[in-house]
Amino acid sequence: MESILTINNLTKKFGYLTAVKDLSFTINKGNVYGILGPNGSGKSTTLGIVLNVVNKTQGDFHWFDGNTSTHDALKKVGAIIERPNFYPYMTATQNLRLVCKIKGVDYSKVEEKLEVVGLLDRKDSKFKTYSLGMKQRLAIASALLNDPEILILDEPTNGLDPQGIHQIREIIKQIAAKGTTILLASHLLDEVEKVCSHVVVLRKGVKLYSGRVDEMISSHGFFELKTNKQEELITLLENNTAFKSIKVEGDLITAFLDTPMASEDFNKYTFEQGIILTHLVQRKESLEEQFLQLTDNN
Amino acid sequence: MLRLLNLELQKLLLNRTSKILIFVSFILPFFVILLSSLKINVFGFFTLELGELGIFNFPIIWHLTTFFASQFKFFFAIVVVSMIGNEYSNKTIKQNLIDGLSKKEFILSKFYTIVFFSLVSTILISLISFCIGLYYSSYTEASIIFRETEFLLAYFVKLIGFFSLCLFFGMLVKRSAFALAFLFILYILEWILFGLMAWKTDTGMAEKIQNFFPLKSMYKLIDQPFQRIAMTKFPDKANLSYDYVAHWYEMAIVLGWTALFVFLSYRLLKKRDL
Repeated sequence: MESILTINNLTKKFGYLTAVKDLSFTINKGNVYGILGPNGSGKSTTLGIVLNVVNKTQGDFHWFDGNTSTHDALKKVGAIIERPNFYPYMTATQNLRLVCKIKGVDYSKVEEKLEVVGLLDRKDSKFKTYSLGMKQRLAIASALLNDPEILILDEPTNGLDPQGIHQIREIIKQIAAKGTTILLASHLLDEVEKVCSHVVVLRKGVKLYSGRVDEMISSHGFFELKTNKQEELITLLENNTAFKSIKVEGDLITAFLDTPMASEDFNKYTFEQGIILTHLVQRKESLEEQFLQLTDNN
Repeated sequence: MLRLLNLELQKLLLNRTSKILIFVSFILPFFVILLSSLKINVFGFFTLELGELGIFNFPIIWHLTTFFASQFKFFFAIVVVSMIGNEYSNKTIKQNLIDGLSKKEFILSKFYTIVFFSLVSTILISLISFCIGLYYSSYTEASIIFRETEFLLAYFVKLIGFFSLCLFFGMLVKRSAFALAFLFILYILEWILFGLMAWKTDTGMAEKIQNFFPLKSMYKLIDQPFQRIAMTKFPDKANLSYDYVAHWYEMAIVLGWTALFVFLSYRLLKKRDL
């Protein structure tokens, strides 16, 4: 697969603090990646290093095949870090034209991208008059100007209201559907779960996991059960080696699987044992549960 | 190069404050010189006409106009300092780099702008001096007109040097107001050092060393013209004579500082995490 970004043993120290420690991963073309981690886990620092604004302490990284300098490679990248940064006294069009000049892109792209993010009717308003949601959408338009091979978004929905969050997510989904590689840093797990196929999980600058979202934890999922004969069901489950643990909350029993089992087989099994289930749901852990498990255990 | 200049000019000219300051720094000296060349009737008591004093004669006019015009460089210094300060306060410097501008290009775009405006200013001053000179000067032979035009070069070098210093201070402290304060501190510091040296050694020696200091070396490029005007009025007073010529080595010192300031600005940005 064609690689877009390769990071090898990257380390960044701020004085005594190690923000990123010996980090390695590769971003391949066409996937949507999420970088997950609590606040202060080194997500923004890592992105800062590959985007040429933070100096690395050790290790190296290269864009594409490794033959392009970082600042030339960045002309094929679209990125937004934290807050949208523009010249407040310029209008949206003027700001985007400035970016066109930096990236060496034709001005005709400006209107096209403003259309994508739905800001065309406000294109001649000054940036300082924009709401936060509009500013963030302008930032996305700016990142898209050069039709980038990869779009890097750092906390794109931070501080937005529900409508704003929804708009940004829709735009991200549209872009992903067109086959653009996306790297999304966030601590909002449902956000990552909804759009990403691959994740890199960081904690205190150390990589805990990198790979497909659904392979993050080697787990066979769990059943959520309700029945009128609760005591009997619990004994049954405890004696069955297919389950590794059981959790009871009120009348809801959660049984974690140790080996794969289909729900119809389980339903048939309990019925044969004389227990009739009133509620049966088979689920895998959500990203949030998996993430908490990963970050707590290590 | 044009791309970088174009980039910076857009940033400056769309900003109302810097537009006004640029306008003032170019138009004000222009007008002051123009006005002073006119015949002014002071409330009917007497007519003040500076042209009559012979100060608009070639070649002394080159000296005079460049000296006065360089006093207005402070306005554009504010622009230089704020064009760095604004990049930091708007965090657009970070965005520029992310968008694919290299750190070297960032500094160069600022430096090209400095050179560009210094050049425009020099051309304006030379044009107006030339016109006023032609009008007033008693001598209009080409050999006299173009004598001492090295003051124009000195003026150009002086502006570039001074604005590069502002660029460096801007990069160093990131805030426009503090950078201007630093300029003032440097000015005081140079005089304190001069005082110390004059106290420890002798004044002549101290002055020679002081001529290498950044601000003093820039000032020294175009010496004050008053004494020279006095000299033309009283040619027999030998104790008035002084070295007012814009020497090549004075320019070399300032160009040395310029190179150092631009290089240091680049090093500073390169080392810094944004």
